Amino acid sequence: MSGKPRIWLFGDDVNTDLIIPGRYLDSYDPAHLASHAMEGANKDFAAGVTEGDIIVAGGNFGCGSSREQAVIALKRSGVQAIIARSFARIFYRNAINLGLPVVVSDTADSLFKDGDSALLEVEAGTLASLDGTKVAALDKIPNHVRVILDHGGLIPYVKAKIEKKKSGPILLKRK
Amino acid sequence: MAGRTFAEKVLGRASGKTKAKAGEIVEASPDLVMSHENTFLVNKAFSEMGLSRPWNPDRIAIVLDHRTPANTAQTAEVHSRIRKLVNEYGIKRFYDAGEGICHQLLVEERLVRPGQLVLGTDSHTTTAGAIGAFATGVGATEMAGVWATGSLWLRIPETHRVELSGHLQKGTYPKDVALRIASMIGPSGADYKCIEFNGSLIQDMPIAGRMVLCNMSVEMGAKAAIVVPDAVTREWFRGYAPPVKDMVMSDPDAAFERRIEADVSKLGPLVAGPDKVELSRSVDEFEGVGIDQAFIGTCTNGRLEDLIAAAEVLKGRKVSPSCRLIVAPASRKILVDAIDMGVAQTIISAGGTLLPPGCGPCLGSHEGVLGPGEVCISSSNRNFRGRMGSEEAVIYLASPATVAASAIEGKIADPRRFLR
Repeated sequence: MSGKPRIWLFGDDVNTDLIIPGRYLDSYDPAHLASHAMEGANKDFAAGVTEGDIIVAGGNFGCGSSREQAVIALKRSGVQAIIARSFARIFYRNAINLGLPVVVSDTADSLFKDGDSALLEVEAGTLASLDGTKVAALDKIPNHVRVILDHGGLIPYVKAKIEKKKSGPILLKRK
Repeated sequence: MAGRTFAEKVLGRASGKTKAKAGEIVEASPDLVMSHENTFLVNKAFSEMGLSRPWNPDRIAIVLDHRTPANTAQTAEVHSRIRKLVNEYGIKRFYDAGEGICHQLLVEERLVRPGQLVLGTDSHTTTAGAIGAFATGVGATEMAGVWATGSLWLRIPETHRVELSGHLQKGTYPKDVALRIASMIGPSGADYKCIEFNGSLIQDMPIAGRMVLCNMSVEMGAKAAIVVPDAVTREWFRGYAPPVKDMVMSDPDAAFERRIEADVSKLGPLVAGPDKVELSRSVDEFEGVGIDQAFIGTCTNGRLEDLIAAAEVLKGRKVSPSCRLIVAPASRKILVDAIDMGVAQTIISAGGTLLPPGCGPCLGSHEGVLGPGEVCISSSNRNFRGRMGSEEAVIYLASPATVAASAIEGKIADPRRFLR
């Protein structure tokens, strides 16, 4: 990861109308969606976010609509992962399916401030400040989800599954 | 051994793991899958998977409802691409623009049956729980995976049982019950859970009201919600073969994670907002709040019963010149019935604007978008900031009768004043 990942901090119940409102959904162009990402929650986000940044939030992140454009907008913005106390279930699945890591942490949103720089180690299960003085523990990503993320999302996962079906067992092991 | 819940039974059957318990991850095969305009995204992902024909076109229903008739040239192109792929794949259950809202049609057309596992690319897919099906929302890529493989992973949810007792007072409706429960449970209180509605109130409640409860459950985080099926459910399918035999429901000794009891006898009309669904209070606490737009419709409250309730309030009265009333029936059948019964005449004569069946302005793309500083009272399910247009607009949620009463006064008003 180049540069220092910046933390964008949000509160509880960030809904999909705040992430990407319906009025922008006529177009499916990821760049268009990214240009309005998080518009309802933080007007500076779309212009300020850079590749590798991290969203840290409270509970129930992504509640509301099933619109996958919410994940598309954030992923295209360069967000490397979302760390929240909890996720709304459809948003969680959408993120996994599009290859955007979503990780549960009970402490990240209270330890870090908006604008902090931090290093994310999903494997090790930590989000740490650059000087190492603040470390938030992350929950382990469940295996059935991890296998999809490891493939880069559901599309490559299903492709691999179909390939495998031709030659052997359907269930895939982690890479 | 403890009994099994509805969720365990349906997902167990759909995954071939008939002993599976809550918390387990199963690979389940849906009985029916539905998508709307986002079929475009589904098919894009499906094509990227390198496939050319869905696993079972007979299990796919597609409804164009979110932006109908097309609001932009881009939408028109999306619609025409979907029509093409419907033909190409041989999908018979296709409902074009103007037929109605997907969640309404799944139930009204009896496409969903008790005990089925249903997936839809829309969060309000939970609505179909009204007839005793396990129905849940997924994203577009997830649906593409189902088109490709015929299955998906699902965690079997724990069950929250909501027991509702008492009778609804005049001017109070299932929407008021749903808003009350949403304030009790909160926006994430039922995250990943299956809600089961039961109790004496339910026994008298028609399918329309049951749909309101199941629809609003997703605003509490629920993965699925059902009304425990009964004689009303069975009656709904009378004349629609095959006959409904054993309906799936939780065993009496099934393990429920949480039980919630509510007596609605003293419940009056509620209003929820702004910005949050769980912020509901008695209508009199909002009396006098000026409104610019009143909207009746959506998968929550656009049914015939809702239009009738609104017409009872509007009969012989006029919408205030300081606001506009917009009404969108949830389906073509509802619109036809509303015309036949004179309900549409009452609404239009009172000054209401009738929209074609569909989602209308609920999601802020057309047909009544709000401007900065405007206030709307709506019979829909979400009052999230920016949802219906400008971020500087405010949305309140209420029952169709409360919305109609508010339209007459040009400010939030108690419908009981207008009901005999």
